[in-house]
Amino acid sequence: MQFWIIQGLNSLSLGGLLFLLSSGFSLIFGLMRVANLTHGAFFMLGTYIAATALRAYDGLNLWMMVVVAGFAVAALGGLFERLVLTRLKTNPLGQVLVTLGMSFIISDACLVLWGGDSIPVPTPQSLQAPTRIFGFVFPTYRLVLVGLAIIAAIALYFLLERTRLGAMIRAGVDDRQMARAVGIPVSNLFTIVFCLGAGIAGAAGVLGGPILSAYPGLDADMLPLALIVVILGGIGSLLGAFVGSFLIGFIYTFGIALFPELAYIILFLPMIFVIAFRPQGLFGRVGA
Amino acid sequence: MNWIAAALIGGSLLLPPFLAGDFYINLASQILIAAIFALSLNLLVGFGGMTSLGHASYLGVAAYISALLTSRYGFGHGAAAIISVSGTTAMAAFFGVIALRASGLGFLMITLALSQVLWGLAYRMSNVTNGDNGITGLTRPAPFGISLDSPVAFYWFALIVATIAFLMMTVFVSSAFGSSLKGVRDQPRRMAALGFNPWLIRWITFVYAGFWGSVSGLLYVYYHKYIHPTSLSITSSAEALLGVIAGGSGTLGGPAVGAALVLLLKNYASAYLERWNMLLGLIFLFIVLVMPAGIVPGFSWLTAALRRDKP
Repeated sequence: MQFWIIQGLNSLSLGGLLFLLSSGFSLIFGLMRVANLTHGAFFMLGTYIAATALRAYDGLNLWMMVVVAGFAVAALGGLFERLVLTRLKTNPLGQVLVTLGMSFIISDACLVLWGGDSIPVPTPQSLQAPTRIFGFVFPTYRLVLVGLAIIAAIALYFLLERTRLGAMIRAGVDDRQMARAVGIPVSNLFTIVFCLGAGIAGAAGVLGGPILSAYPGLDADMLPLALIVVILGGIGSLLGAFVGSFLIGFIYTFGIALFPELAYIILFLPMIFVIAFRPQGLFGRVGA
Repeated sequence: MNWIAAALIGGSLLLPPFLAGDFYINLASQILIAAIFALSLNLLVGFGGMTSLGHASYLGVAAYISALLTSRYGFGHGAAAIISVSGTTAMAAFFGVIALRASGLGFLMITLALSQVLWGLAYRMSNVTNGDNGITGLTRPAPFGISLDSPVAFYWFALIVATIAFLMMTVFVSSAFGSSLKGVRDQPRRMAALGFNPWLIRWITFVYAGFWGSVSGLLYVYYHKYIHPTSLSITSSAEALLGVIAGGSGTLGGPAVGAALVLLLKNYASAYLERWNMLLGLIFLFIVLVMPAGIVPGFSWLTAALRRDKP
């Protein structure tokens, strides 16, 4: 029983992390039609920044790093969008290729800067003691992580559905040319959304640090998970990213725990199943 | 003009064994392998309009199957080669069914996800694939009793396979089927209205590209006598894609030139610095931003412009 509950919680916390990662990916794809393959590298960069800063300075804590790394990665993403992606507006394939190139550059730069050994990210002091609920012992940090992911999901929902910025983004997703014609600055929106997506990925990297720790190849481990989540949930759909993340979180965690050899094949199956019957994903729209 | 150029290139491919030392002959063999791989990817990218970021799957899986069968299960090279190529082609047929449910960026993401899953599998299933250590101690086959262990012998072998591959792929694209493939790339709806089946045309091309990808994988594992999960990685797919794009996708010979350039660069760069991935990323940015049409089309455009200038 303890096994199922602990693995269930692990699934939820991985799902929460995946949501933070894939919601940004999905948002960027939905508006800009860019499959941002740098997303895994943004995540990893967040983890490394947190790991280094927390080791170097005692006064910092993980929550400060979420903000700092989030903004740092968002700034990097914004620069990349302004300097490179905008030049390739009419060339979607070229955009994917430069994001791929950028991911190679970032992951290799991380290897240069931080070396090949994995660097742990300490769990915040206040959350190190386990929580007891109904006689079961839970790692507190993972509980908090799930809560944070849900808060982030609600915040993103409100941003997209209830604010002026969100309305403009939705207009840009639905009909870019019409949105331009009515005076929405779509190019600026692109930059904002790219920064936002990159920033969430960087913040997710910090939050994932205590569980995953920073190591070379973290980007290559996270990117396929994000891809599978958005393919499963439907590209460009926030709800799809949410449902897909927790689904993949469960499948991956239980797969690793029960059939460690086959976890990757098990990851395959829901994706193949969904693509076979609903190529646009669970919550994707046709033509999106 | 084209025939002269072709004859010159063909002739120069015969020279390395007579002129160069072992190092350069080996390099030439590797270029031939990379060229077959890039040409097979170009069938999808250039002629089919399907940009795959998972082509390393076919190279890697074919190499792994052959390596496992010969080293662990005592198969002969002939049987192992047949099982490996047919098994990998069957996998391509299956992957094609999945990936071709989508098009454009969706196709790219699905091929990438599938190949990343295989890459993860090669790392994690260490009792089968030996994980990060890779599979060592492999041998080269000896077709008709001729040992391929010397660099020169292997070069001839690779050259024969590469020539067959190049001719077969050229026939494929120049045939009526190839025309329908280009038609589906440019005008899928019109082709459907004309009674063609775009899905089937794409799928057959996908399987055919997977077949030649697996052939290059066999050569790859014969050459290196070693296989490691990196050959399944996104870097491996990206190198081939860079070769295709740098050489000019949709041209017949361009991707082979591009693959040769990428391989040479990788060899020379890694002699001086360890940052191949970073360089690869920078070249990606450079090629996409500066020469989107590729080097070979850029060059033929240049020569055409020069010729026009002549009185």
